[in-house]
Amino acid sequence: MIRFILLQNRQGKTRLAYYVPLEDSEKHKVEYEVHRLVVNRDPKFTNFVEFRTHKVIYRRYAGLFFSICVDITDNELAYLECIHLFVEILDHFFSNVCELDLVFNFHKVYLILDEFILAGELQETSKKAIIERMGELEKLE
Amino acid sequence: MALSGMRGLSVFISDVRNCHNKEQERLRVDKELGNIRTRFKNEKGLSPYEKKKYVWKMLYIYMLGYDVDFGHMETVSLISAPKYPEKQVGYIVTSCLLNENNDFLRMVINTVRNDIIGRNETFQCLALTMVGNIGGKEFSESLAPDVQKLLISSSCRPVVRKKAALCLLRLYRKNPDVVNIDGWADRMAQLLDERDLGVLTSVMSLFVSLVSNNSEAYWNCLPKCVRILERLARNQDIPQEYTYYGIPSPWLQVKTMRALQYFPTIEDPNARRALFEVLQRILMGTDVVKNVNKNNASHAVLFEALALVMHLDAEKEMMSQCVALLGKFIAVREPNIRYLGLENMTRMLLVTDVQDIIRRHQAQIITSLKDPDISIRRRALDLLYGMCDVTNAKEIVEELLQYLDTAEFAMREELSLKAAILAEKFAPQLLWYVDVILQLIDKAGDFVSDDIWYRVVQFVTNNEDLQSYAAAKAREYLDKPALHETMVKVSAYLLGEYGHLLARRPGCSPKELFAIINDKLPTVSTSTVAILLSTYAKILIHTQPPDVGLQQQILTIFKKYESYIDVEIQQRAVEYFELSRKGPALADVLAEMPKFPERESALLKKAEDAEIDTAEQSAIKLRSQQQTSSALVVADHSPANGSAPPANHLTLVKMPSQIVSDTQESGVIHEEVPNPPVEAPKENGTPVEVESRDTNITGINNEVKTEPPSTSHSTSPADLLADLLGPLAIEGPPAVEQNPTQGLNSNQSPVGDLALATLDDQSNSVQPIVNVEEKFHILCTKDSGVLYEDPHIQIGMKAEWRAHHGRLVLFLGNKNTSALTSVRVLILPPSHLKMELSSVPDTIPPRAQVQVPLEVANLRASRDVAVLDLSYTFGTSLVDGKLRLPVVLNKFLQPITLTPEEFFLQWKALTVHLLKVQEVVKGVKPMPLSEMANLFMSLHLAVAPGLDNNPNNLVACTTFFSEATRAMLCLIRLETDPQDRTQLRLTVASGDQHLTFELKEFVKEHLIDIPRTQAAPPMAMVQPQLLTAAPATYNDPGAMLAGLL
Repeated sequence: MIRFILLQNRQGKTRLAYYVPLEDSEKHKVEYEVHRLVVNRDPKFTNFVEFRTHKVIYRRYAGLFFSICVDITDNELAYLECIHLFVEILDHFFSNVCELDLVFNFHKVYLILDEFILAGELQETSKKAIIERMGELEKLE
Repeated sequence: MALSGMRGLSVFISDVRNCHNKEQERLRVDKELGNIRTRFKNEKGLSPYEKKKYVWKMLYIYMLGYDVDFGHMETVSLISAPKYPEKQVGYIVTSCLLNENNDFLRMVINTVRNDIIGRNETFQCLALTMVGNIGGKEFSESLAPDVQKLLISSSCRPVVRKKAALCLLRLYRKNPDVVNIDGWADRMAQLLDERDLGVLTSVMSLFVSLVSNNSEAYWNCLPKCVRILERLARNQDIPQEYTYYGIPSPWLQVKTMRALQYFPTIEDPNARRALFEVLQRILMGTDVVKNVNKNNASHAVLFEALALVMHLDAEKEMMSQCVALLGKFIAVREPNIRYLGLENMTRMLLVTDVQDIIRRHQAQIITSLKDPDISIRRRALDLLYGMCDVTNAKEIVEELLQYLDTAEFAMREELSLKAAILAEKFAPQLLWYVDVILQLIDKAGDFVSDDIWYRVVQFVTNNEDLQSYAAAKAREYLDKPALHETMVKVSAYLLGEYGHLLARRPGCSPKELFAIINDKLPTVSTSTVAILLSTYAKILIHTQPPDVGLQQQILTIFKKYESYIDVEIQQRAVEYFELSRKGPALADVLAEMPKFPERESALLKKAEDAEIDTAEQSAIKLRSQQQTSSALVVADHSPANGSAPPANHLTLVKMPSQIVSDTQESGVIHEEVPNPPVEAPKENGTPVEVESRDTNITGINNEVKTEPPSTSHSTSPADLLADLLGPLAIEGPPAVEQNPTQGLNSNQSPVGDLALATLDDQSNSVQPIVNVEEKFHILCTKDSGVLYEDPHIQIGMKAEWRAHHGRLVLFLGNKNTSALTSVRVLILPPSHLKMELSSVPDTIPPRAQVQVPLEVANLRASRDVAVLDLSYTFGTSLVDGKLRLPVVLNKFLQPITLTPEEFFLQWKALTVHLLKVQEVVKGVKPMPLSEMANLFMSLHLAVAPGLDNNPNNLVACTTFFSEATRAMLCLIRLETDPQDRTQLRLTVASGDQHLTFELKEFVKEHLIDIPRTQAAPPMAMVQPQLLTAAPATYNDPGAMLAGLL
């Protein structure tokens, strides 16, 4: 089960944070710790790091780190590709996504995430289904 | 993409981005927060659009890492807004900002519920999403029924239903009572028929959670999962959008295989076959490709398939494929795959008997311990820890010690704990154990918990032959210039207790010991000062003849500490000072510490307690809990007098760790070890009896290292009575008030679990800590496992069968830190078996395991059982008992498949009376035919499906081997009555009437539903019911046993 998802840039600025509940004070601490944990890892290392009693699966895209924290028994590679699928969806939605898109449209990113993941589990794996759904929702605004 | 529609929000974000430093940013944010606060205060003037804009700004600020402690009310109130744009913001921002326990949430439960049951699909989705992400217990109670309705509704669109499935999952995790199991098994089966893969993905997550808590309730869903997996793996009718780099939803494949791992076994032969085909395809068909994403996705599926194969404990062939794959993975350069290879090998150790094969990769694994990536090093450490046993402990622990020098701080504590545990568990010699722990403290004192040094002190105190060695080592360490404080503690303690054993060595006179320890006094902390004071007092009593100068020095120190700030130290100082003037009384009070009562290692406990926090219980954990440990674990029980027994010639087994498989094949190599003279410290004048511990001992861990066995001894009245009757109890069956069950005259009626008991002293009796009866039954259908275990000894067994010959190896493991003596094993074979036992050593050294091969030849068919008579002495008590050996009829059966023509030809040919026997069996355990087929399979009777036209019948063939009959074909037919499952007609045919009879009875025994204690062998009738009858009615046990056999 996914415990949290973080999008952070190299400086540690959070661009998206999704938690299956945590206390407020914990959230900021977690963000700080995860950033420190992943930012200096060699690109030749694994995409997995232990984090407290869980593990963080992360992947770097340009200056952005996508980190998903899951249970230690979870399938690492499946979540690693889950990150990539998410990036593909963002890329499709913003056509050629960059960090600025995510900054100025952070609320849209939350909307997409809500179609992608729910209750700490994967909800939909079809890019097409999610993009179409986003189209529907945009019409309602 | 256009910027967001809200200009104010965009401007604010730009402003923040343009700040040059943190200080400016904070000012800008504070200004905005002030602005929002005032606007919220006079809410009247706020348009819905403005409200929405401010709430988004709050979320942005919150995301930047600032506390936003107001405006929650306004955010939550947006949920009640009538229009979508505001409602959407309300739901999303509430999910992000608030916690499930926030009081504001309670206020909106009704609104949320109205949205869920309302007609507006978009609102339903928003509400389900929020509840799915932050719904707490209260939501669980009030919303679960509505969410369930949406999930199973046929009128809802997939987009609602998938959210409903996951929302329900969240509610279920918060409160499992919301899903009523009775109704849900069927519903779940229907849901798994879902065609929309998006909905199915969500439903599968829900299913994993449900099934992980109660796999039994969801049996009916198992074939559906297999079908889903088949459909995906074969890419049958999977829409393009659900393939990922050409792979049909890898996530759904993974989830489905995850769900399957929660079913203990798969009994339906069709489902099993289909599943194995799919798994075989995945194992063989996954290639490494260039595209990273495709590679990851296919390997995600592959690793999950590996886990499932391990769980199913598939055929040997498939298992060895898995091990081969993993062996390949741990050597590749791709770090992720190497990591997963190591991780999965560790998991594999938990479920199956692959230690030998994995050991071949030891060198490779040790290389990974030096990888630059800490994630890989951690996995390598876990794996080394898991694969360690007596044969390779020395190598592995020394690697770990070496690694300790360079390991980063983050790993040192774990590393030292693991090294300490391995050294304790698998030490080939206790001297080595002491060396390791002292090195550990020296190298990583900061990371060595107190438990570790307490434990070494316990070991040394309880083993006299360690004492002078440990003291000498401690003395050596004290010469080092910089010493960790923990080392000062251990050294001071050891020298205080045993320093006098070194008295004649250079530099070890009481005066010199005192001087070197006292050097440390000014720099140590209070807790160490306390230990040092005790050490001084002990040195004082051991100074013979008294040395006035030394006494003066020590008394001065006591005097000085009488006014020390710490109360504990003050008290010690005062008491030692007073005592030391009392002369002889001091010697009594400060005599050597008595032996510690043996106890479970605190370290092991610590390692087990490591917390794991997962949403679902780990399938592997669940499984390994069901298996029993067969590893030797230290649960040491030292004899009261503690002196080590004199060494004898030991017949022990040497097994070099690398050529394991060879030795396994060729059996066991015996080696006479001629009482090697181990460290006889005569020079110090202390008579220390020396035991030959210098022998390498094999540790064959058939199964799993898990928790140490519980060593609690229950002494309920029933147990005491059982002790009295213990030796008699072997074929334990009780008769007196018993109704002899339907013509069932078996001699092998199972024993109660009270097979071993001490003869001399009941209060000191030894109880098996496993259910002996259950173990026997397990081993009747399995070829390796634990046969018996008590606090002192564990007996494991491994067997191979070829035609009418069998080769068993008994593993006798001493679990204690002192030796078991007068070990005697006798085999009492029934008349149809020829059995030859290799010689058994008289003594089993501490924590060693000896292997004793046993050759068996089957002369003819019989259901009698061989008995193993075991006795040993531990300390002063003699333990004696008898165990049944699982050398049963089915071990000499080999399943065979016949074509219908062959079968009917034979069946018709065997018409002679007594060669073919038929009987109506009543009182059958009611079970479905598939279960019966499994039972047959486990007894080596090959079920031939489709041979009999009637689906209620079961036909099986097998070959029986014995010296009298050679290979003989046996045919069996069962005709069941679907109306009455408790009776059936059984027909057995073979070319030998004796065999036909025995086989018929044998099958019958396994079909009939009799509580085990009831089965009454006619010859044991004299024996009264164990727990209810008076012992007075007992006859001579020897005669009884003879009668039995």
